[in-house]
Amino acid sequence: MILTKAQYDEIAQCLVSVPPTRQSLRKLKQRFPSQSQATLLSIFSQEYQKHIKRTHAKHHTSEAIESYYQRYLNGVGRNGAAPVLLDLANEVDYAPSLMARIILERFLQEHEETPPSKSVINSMLRDPSQIPDGVLANQVYQCIVNDCCYGPLVDCIKHAIGHEHEVLLRDLLLEKSLSFLDEDQLRAKGYDKTPDFILQVPVAVEGHIIHWIESKASFGDECSHHAYLHDQFWSYWNSSLGRHSCRILTSSPSATRDRSTNN
Amino acid sequence: MAAVLESLLREEVSVAAAVRWIARSAQSSEDDPGEAAALSSLRPLRKEFVPFLLNFLREQSSRVLPQGPPTPAKAPGSSAALPGRPGGPPRGGRGARSQLFPPTEPSSTAAAEAPSARRGGRRRGPGPGRERGGRGSGGLEEGVSGESSPWAGGRRPRGSGSPGSPSLARSDPPNLSNLEEFPPVGSVPPGPAGTKPSRRINPTPVSEERSLSKPKTCFTSPPINCVPSSQSSVPDTSPWGHGLPPGCRSLQEEREMLRKERSKQLQQSPTPACPTSESGSPLPSRTGNLTAEPADPARVSSRQRLELIALIYSSCIAENLVPNLFLELFFVLQLLTARRMVATKESDLEPIPGALDSLESPLFQSVHDCVFFAVQVLEHQFQVLSYLDKGTLKLLAENERLLCFSPALQGRLRAAYEGSVAKVSLAMPPSAQAVSFQPETDNRANFSSDRAFHTFKKQRDVFFEVLREWEDRHEEPGWDFEKGLGSRIRAMMGQLSAACSHSHFVRLFQKQLLQMCQSPSGTGGTVLGEAPDVLSMLGADKLGRLRRLQERLVAPQSSGGPCPPPTFPGCQGFFRDFILSASSFQFNQHLMDSLSLKIRELNSLALPQPEPSDEDGESDVDWQGERRQFAMVLLSLRLLAKFLGFVAFLPYRGPEPPPTRELQDSILALRSQVPPALDVRALLQQGLRARRAVLTVPWLVEFLSLADHIVPLLDYYRSIFTLLLHLHRSLVLSKESEGEMCFLNKLLLLAVLGWLFQIPTVPEDLFFLEEGQLDTFEVDTVTSEQGLDGMPVVDQHLLYTCCPYIGELRKLLASWVSGSSGRSGGFVRKITPTTTTGLGAQPPRTTQGLQAQLAQAFFHNQPPSLRRTVEFVAERIGSNCVKHIKATLVADLVRQAESLLQEQLVTQGQEGGDPAQLLEILCSQLCPHGAQALTRGREFCQKKSPGAVRALLPEETPAAVLSSAENIAVGLATEKACAWLSANITALIRREVKAAVSRTLRAQGPEPAARGERRGCSRACEHHAPLPSHLISEIKDVLALAVGPRDPEEGVSPEHLEQLLGQLGQTLRCRQFLCPPAEQHLAKCSVELASLLVADQIPVLGPPVQHRLERGQARRLLHMLLSLWKDDFQVPVPLQLLLSPRNLGLLADTRPREWDLLLFLLRELVEKGLMGRTEIEACLGSLHDAQWPKDFSEELATLFNPLLAEPHMPEPQLRACELVQTNRGTVLAQS
Repeated sequence: MILTKAQYDEIAQCLVSVPPTRQSLRKLKQRFPSQSQATLLSIFSQEYQKHIKRTHAKHHTSEAIESYYQRYLNGVGRNGAAPVLLDLANEVDYAPSLMARIILERFLQEHEETPPSKSVINSMLRDPSQIPDGVLANQVYQCIVNDCCYGPLVDCIKHAIGHEHEVLLRDLLLEKSLSFLDEDQLRAKGYDKTPDFILQVPVAVEGHIIHWIESKASFGDECSHHAYLHDQFWSYWNSSLGRHSCRILTSSPSATRDRSTNN
Repeated sequence: MAAVLESLLREEVSVAAAVRWIARSAQSSEDDPGEAAALSSLRPLRKEFVPFLLNFLREQSSRVLPQGPPTPAKAPGSSAALPGRPGGPPRGGRGARSQLFPPTEPSSTAAAEAPSARRGGRRRGPGPGRERGGRGSGGLEEGVSGESSPWAGGRRPRGSGSPGSPSLARSDPPNLSNLEEFPPVGSVPPGPAGTKPSRRINPTPVSEERSLSKPKTCFTSPPINCVPSSQSSVPDTSPWGHGLPPGCRSLQEEREMLRKERSKQLQQSPTPACPTSESGSPLPSRTGNLTAEPADPARVSSRQRLELIALIYSSCIAENLVPNLFLELFFVLQLLTARRMVATKESDLEPIPGALDSLESPLFQSVHDCVFFAVQVLEHQFQVLSYLDKGTLKLLAENERLLCFSPALQGRLRAAYEGSVAKVSLAMPPSAQAVSFQPETDNRANFSSDRAFHTFKKQRDVFFEVLREWEDRHEEPGWDFEKGLGSRIRAMMGQLSAACSHSHFVRLFQKQLLQMCQSPSGTGGTVLGEAPDVLSMLGADKLGRLRRLQERLVAPQSSGGPCPPPTFPGCQGFFRDFILSASSFQFNQHLMDSLSLKIRELNSLALPQPEPSDEDGESDVDWQGERRQFAMVLLSLRLLAKFLGFVAFLPYRGPEPPPTRELQDSILALRSQVPPALDVRALLQQGLRARRAVLTVPWLVEFLSLADHIVPLLDYYRSIFTLLLHLHRSLVLSKESEGEMCFLNKLLLLAVLGWLFQIPTVPEDLFFLEEGQLDTFEVDTVTSEQGLDGMPVVDQHLLYTCCPYIGELRKLLASWVSGSSGRSGGFVRKITPTTTTGLGAQPPRTTQGLQAQLAQAFFHNQPPSLRRTVEFVAERIGSNCVKHIKATLVADLVRQAESLLQEQLVTQGQEGGDPAQLLEILCSQLCPHGAQALTRGREFCQKKSPGAVRALLPEETPAAVLSSAENIAVGLATEKACAWLSANITALIRREVKAAVSRTLRAQGPEPAARGERRGCSRACEHHAPLPSHLISEIKDVLALAVGPRDPEEGVSPEHLEQLLGQLGQTLRCRQFLCPPAEQHLAKCSVELASLLVADQIPVLGPPVQHRLERGQARRLLHMLLSLWKDDFQVPVPLQLLLSPRNLGLLADTRPREWDLLLFLLRELVEKGLMGRTEIEACLGSLHDAQWPKDFSEELATLFNPLLAEPHMPEPQLRACELVQTNRGTVLAQS
């Protein structure tokens, strides 16, 4: 399914400063019923990530952290069961999971002698039960399950989507009897950076010669195309895997066959 | 001419404009109007500029290069053909060694214009030359400059007449516009009596007719054997032998003067009044003092002027305005390697009052100047240099003068040397001596009668007998072809009565010619030919060394300078002498017919055109093959054309051009009637149009090189020369664009054309006179598509094979090294020859060698395609064999290594010991098995090669040939494969085992539990289960809804939950899309979901009152979860989370607390063996740390104690009911 640029722009327009919550996604779905939830979520996620990248720094100044922490303490002091952290994140227009991380880090700093390591924090975010403070644990958990763009659960979903799409792609190649080498085989041959699949016999799709396929399983907006090109694809080119490529950046798990864009 | 050079030196005219001016007749729009004006006034002189420049340089260098190898050049010998000067006085038509371009008399306009131009320059201010001139004259007297030569010395090359004459000359104000003031290099000075002292021109009495006929010999080339016949007279009686050209009539005079000069110097040298020591040193003699004067960049006298002239000179070279590129390079290298300055005459040391112009001071005042100039030019010509062979590049890069004057150029040359793969041997490779029999054409059926057949056989026998005798004896001193074989040949020819016999014999002759001479260099000579088995007994590496040693020993020190006349080297000499001795008209005619046919055939041969853009290594190999084929065709064509030219022009061949004009005219009238033996003009035009010049022109040049003196005057051939001249001009090396000819192709054409223009029979003014038809020529080639010219068919090897004279550059540099090696340390590396002690003890090698020779002989009698096929098959099968061994034997060994390693790990525990040590142990166990590779490889080649050969050879190939071909292919393939395997198999096994070991160890390390058995989908699975990502996302939504915050209307239906868990089951059973992280998260989420169920925290959609799950529903869901945990999850499920403080805290917050679901769940967990009692106990124990409401802790304790104390029950189902009842009871009791 090919999304036109105009449709994409319209969706992106709706996502300006919207909190990454279930409710926002539901509203989006109502607004664009013809698009699948996965597509919308992928676009939402990407747009939101761009937004976070832009504003990330201002939430990490020591003043900001301190003020958030105080507000959190005040909030839970009044009512520990209220969604203090989530509301705070939405209010200051920051991702709840990331806000949870800020507060958790600050909290641990206060309560432990040594500054917490990244892995400890990550582990606590994955499993908030490990957080020594029960109230904070609940608050963090609430943030994580309510965040649809960041957090360990979202990361896992993204990873799963990536894996699923690779599998779907492989099935598709097998179904079309296209002979290919996958990443493991290529690595065994000594390539360091490899695309997901190299076609042993190139094919032509819509007038383009395709030598290799890399499934990205995410919506292919201009920005991500550019970034992938820079980080990954040039090295395929350089390692002479073939000058023609195909990047599959799809938007929904069920619609892997859609090539949203191609170079 | 001088005016032009002057205005350049005064920077009135830019070099670019000047070169444009020379190169093109039309005025270019790029020209500055001022420049254009300055140049347009000199228009009539345009054509004469280049010869003037070259003459000027040669003249200027005459003091530096008096003795070295000759610098040949060729230029208009007479000005008669120049417009506007029909009646010019005769000039020295035949010059001395460096008599390059005898000065031309200026036309009246030029004479009038030039001085004014010069005056104009003066008005503007003194030019750099003038300034220097002034200084120079002063400096000389004061002895400040320390330079060896006076600035005006150049005007007076050695021995310029009697002591009295110079003063006379100097008393005249120098008239630079008078070209005769600038004598050509080395021109023979007039005798002391009777000539005008200002003229340096040798007043050879030459009649006007002769000058018109443009008589000439190959200037400065070594003795000419262009009339190769032993019967023909050789006109060259030069007393100087190699150094000086024939026909220099005043050599005696010159010698006389040299003698005088020398005695004068001998008198002078002891006197302290001598201004500089160098100028007083005696002439270096040929055999004597070879030590070179060191060159110092700091002592260059007039950099700017030298730079400028170097630039003009280089531009002329780049635009192909000079006749012979390599000749100029040779000259420049001569300058680079100039040993020392020749002393100048004392009289020249005095300042010349009027001589203030830049041109009047000598250009090269010292060796430093020469070297500086040479290096400047070389810098401009770097591109050409970089395409020379590796040896030349090495010598250039190691030249210490070059390093000293331009480290940058030296660096580029070194880089070019290091990157070069063009190793070219200057030695002439031995020719194939085998005699061919052609059963297809030489059988009885092709003859009219038995008698003719028998005659032919007899003749064939005589022919080969003659050939063998020639081979054996032609190098014996005193043996003469004509005397030894002439009568036998003529007797044999006499028997060839029938025309058909002639044609048979000619075919034999031609085949033999091609066979003997064309391989691979077209020359011959049995170099070490007597000892082929000695060579084959040596190993390949030793053979290489021996070759190099041999090359050094047998490579001719100089094969005749950079422009040798056409010769018939090696076995070509046999065929030439055979033709001459046979002197049979019929034979010659048949031979011409046959040669013409073969030339036409080869010339139009469609050479395959692979894509030149392929960068792949594989196709590079193919490309090599194409190149080889092209070289074969080209060399054959050149050989055939040379003999065609020889035979065709044989009747007209004479030592001298016709002496009078009348005679010449009548000859011309006669000759123009005769149709050419082969329509070479048409072939040339075709070649140019089809962009196959790179094939056509080299053989055409060979053909024309054997033409007689009249040929270039014939209209037909004149038009060919015109075409060639325009082609020459168009081959600008620096132009590289799409559709242009490849660089080396151009270089080959430039080399052969340059050589042709220097051939004695080609009029020397031809090069500079042709004008005009440039446009038509260009139009001609535009119509062409991609042809051979645009493909890289020429490599350095072919270039040097076709033009061995390019090797003169290398020899010149090498002779410089050997001359200076005493001082600068050994540049010549020693080759330690292999001793022959072990030779006797290696019989197997000899049989091998014999085998190889047999194979060669076999191929020799078969079509070349057979050889190509066999070699191709051997190459591919050999390569496949290696791949096969890798995939089978090596892979097996790797598997063995893995299992051995596993055992090792089991016996030694998880640690396994040091990986490096492990690897060593494994390798020592496994590498010996590598020996099998050779046997297996042999088997593979044995099995695969014959089939491939059979598939590729024609069906009709005779069985014996086929089996031989198969055997050879097997042998070659085996050799190739085994050579690789024996050298690399151990390393290969080692590498693969190492990779396997590290792989195994890595896999061993981190997660042995996770690597436990994993089930895939069932066979019937169609992978239609919901995707894990979708499920995680769905469950996450439920969790978020439960945790809140949520809108009042939000909630989930129990059916949805049930469906969700059903889907989860499907997904977990279809493993297709599941990856471990996703499964782990699913497990965790399912536990979270269970906790929420237990705590009754899930908001249910439905009638407003309900909002809670019914017990039964909750229990059903928990049952589903339990079975998922038990049966479907393959990762550990974090069930302890159920009892984490946070999840239990959910329960603590509810009022009234309902424990029954939790207790139910825990019991079930214990029941199903999902959690042990001790585990639960541990979790509960850790709960005590948390801060709970007090009553909650108490409740916990009372509830869990009985659970933990309960003994194991054998009947789970029964117990479940009891449990429920108990729970209810407890809860009720509490409330």
